[in-house]
Amino acid sequence: MKLKQKDLLGLEYLSKEEIELIIQTAKPFKNLFTRTVKKVPTLRGKTVVLLFYEPSTRTRTSFELASKRLSADTIGISVPASSVVKGESLIDTVKTIEAMKADFVVIRHSMSGAAHIVSKTISASVINAGDGMHEHPTQGLLDIFTIMEKKGNVKGLNVAIVGDILHSRVARSNIWGLNKLGANVFVVGPATLIPTEIEKLNVEVCHNIDKIINRLDVINILRIQKERQEQNLFPTLEEYSEIFGINSYKLRNAKNDVLIMHPGPMNRGAEISSEVAESKNSVITEQVTNGIAVRMSVLYLLAGGDGGKSETFNS
Amino acid sequence: MKLLILNGIVCDPSNKFEKKADILIENGKIVNISIKSKKRKLNAKIIDAKGKYVVPGLIDMHTHLREPGREDEETIKTGTRAAAMGGFTTVCSMPNTQPVIDSVSGVKFILTTAKNEGIVNVFPIGAITKGSNGLELAEIGKMKGAGIIAISDDGKSVMNAIIMRRALEYSKMFGLPVISHCEDMNLSANGEINEGYISTVLGLKGIPRQAEEIMVARDIALTELTDGKLHIAHMSTARSVELVRNAKKRGIKVTAETAPHYFSLTDEEIKNTDYNTNTKMNPPLRTIDDINAICKGLSDGTIDCIASDHAPHLIEEKEQEFRVAPFGIIGLETMLPLIITKLVNEKVISFREVIAKLTCNPAKILGLRKGTLSVGSDADVTIIDSKQTKTIEKFESKCKNSPFIGKELTGFATTTIVSGKVVMDGGKIVSD
Repeated sequence: MKLKQKDLLGLEYLSKEEIELIIQTAKPFKNLFTRTVKKVPTLRGKTVVLLFYEPSTRTRTSFELASKRLSADTIGISVPASSVVKGESLIDTVKTIEAMKADFVVIRHSMSGAAHIVSKTISASVINAGDGMHEHPTQGLLDIFTIMEKKGNVKGLNVAIVGDILHSRVARSNIWGLNKLGANVFVVGPATLIPTEIEKLNVEVCHNIDKIINRLDVINILRIQKERQEQNLFPTLEEYSEIFGINSYKLRNAKNDVLIMHPGPMNRGAEISSEVAESKNSVITEQVTNGIAVRMSVLYLLAGGDGGKSETFNS
Repeated sequence: MKLLILNGIVCDPSNKFEKKADILIENGKIVNISIKSKKRKLNAKIIDAKGKYVVPGLIDMHTHLREPGREDEETIKTGTRAAAMGGFTTVCSMPNTQPVIDSVSGVKFILTTAKNEGIVNVFPIGAITKGSNGLELAEIGKMKGAGIIAISDDGKSVMNAIIMRRALEYSKMFGLPVISHCEDMNLSANGEINEGYISTVLGLKGIPRQAEEIMVARDIALTELTDGKLHIAHMSTARSVELVRNAKKRGIKVTAETAPHYFSLTDEEIKNTDYNTNTKMNPPLRTIDDINAICKGLSDGTIDCIASDHAPHLIEEKEQEFRVAPFGIIGLETMLPLIITKLVNEKVISFREVIAKLTCNPAKILGLRKGTLSVGSDADVTIIDSKQTKTIEKFESKCKNSPFIGKELTGFATTTIVSGKVVMDGGKIVSD
């Protein structure tokens, strides 16, 4: 089976089958990581440009490793945020990249819709590595991959996303993906950080995690940023932490096998306690490993690869 | 020089006149309207308007001509050409230029440039406050003397209620309406599109409808306090319409306008076009409930006028990330076809009612001796082919920031006459 898409701009735009295809295809790539040679020649001769308008360590490294393990050539371009207004326009930048015959453009940008601009401008495959508050589809996919790996299935699971939903592209991608696969999604956070009419995305809004914690199979904890306090979205980080931070005490009534996830980077002691981050329920470091496999799968499938033939990767 | 417009359906809401008639123009004035004219004896230039509507020259009371300061986006020359193309014989220029029109010299500049380079009438609107900063009143009386017909800090709200109170009180002496851009700028800060499902899904910062409605309510209250004359600009929400309707019932001197995009498009358009920045304007596109309420407000008379809010921006300004692209779209050349397509042909309101909202209603609000075909009045006339259908693609405006490009619309101006002079005919600007 093949993915009939040029770009990956968001999980909103993928069908259930397409999401499942990406997840299935990621499995053999993950198996590759236990070998001494962690590399296949699949994308030899292809060029992946990593265009980052926002600082990022893990996503960028993950995409770079994913490309390299597929034998693609990578080049990273970091654009400081200040040049979005003052420097060369995004359209001109990506036209230049296209003229250099890139096959993939992986873009991270602080503004929603930036990946769409790139997609409309060039014919290379565009992968959205996070655009503003809109989507971060590969994060959503790696979260789903991790849940499937641990739970076998997503359908029927109760998944809570906890924190700053309003500003979170991770939350939006997770909501689209998880709902398509049949999970029950809860969003938990202060009323000031829950976006308007989010119920229409088929999620249940909750402001008190104690009320639902015993039903949850997965808790995905989002990073809370100190600057939100300055915008009066909550009074203090301490109060946020007391009400919405996940610690062992809050988990006392949780299921024994509840999965604790976090897209990173963590603010230990703010949205998550160290104890919880290091607990047997935590799969936070595995998410990082899975991220590479999922991104390999996305690159492979967007390049026209056939997801049904796992022997392709054995050469 | 005589001009005779023959065989058209003359529709003049100011005189409740709508029938087949001929109009004779001489020396820039309307000298006769008759059911049967003796054309042979007249020795006049003849325009055959058979099958077309002949209406008083259309008035756009909310136009951004960008000159002085942003002549790269539009000039008085190009903006008035766009107006003529759209069937408008009069435009009212908003003062948020660079510099802001907040003094006599600014007003004189607009009037002089319009006289020399404009091809339709231009009436300047002066600023309410110096630099439109919302802090100190501009020289409203002196600007009135120089020729302004209203005051507005459009683009911004006058956030301080005491300043707005003073503006409404002070302008009363001169009979000038205060045109209010209603937006609580704390509530709307950093906002990009209407706050709702679409802003949530697209991850764009929302502008709640209440940012507009709070200011509509405040300004109505201040008008009640001062007995001033308030005009609400570009109304976009259902609740704003309701507030104005109630205020009018209570006898408060408030009038209101909306713009064509607020009854033509919803915020869904932003999603359907994958963040096309030509769907970004302020106030933002709202929802279908708002469109229905705006239509109701237009049909029951709550909304007095339709204005373009013509706001030219360059391609390179608009072809940016959604957040940094400026607000606003051009509108002069799409306004009439949008009105005919979306309001008249959809039977929201009659042709005559809609022409009133483009002629005698704005003229009355602004105290202009325009918007009528009465004998003796200025011969500003627009001829409309209500059946003509075209795909929107070319503009006389310097800019092309329109969400209606590629859309097929019906009902275009075919001839525009200003003071007896044909300035546009058959979709072409007529130059000397």
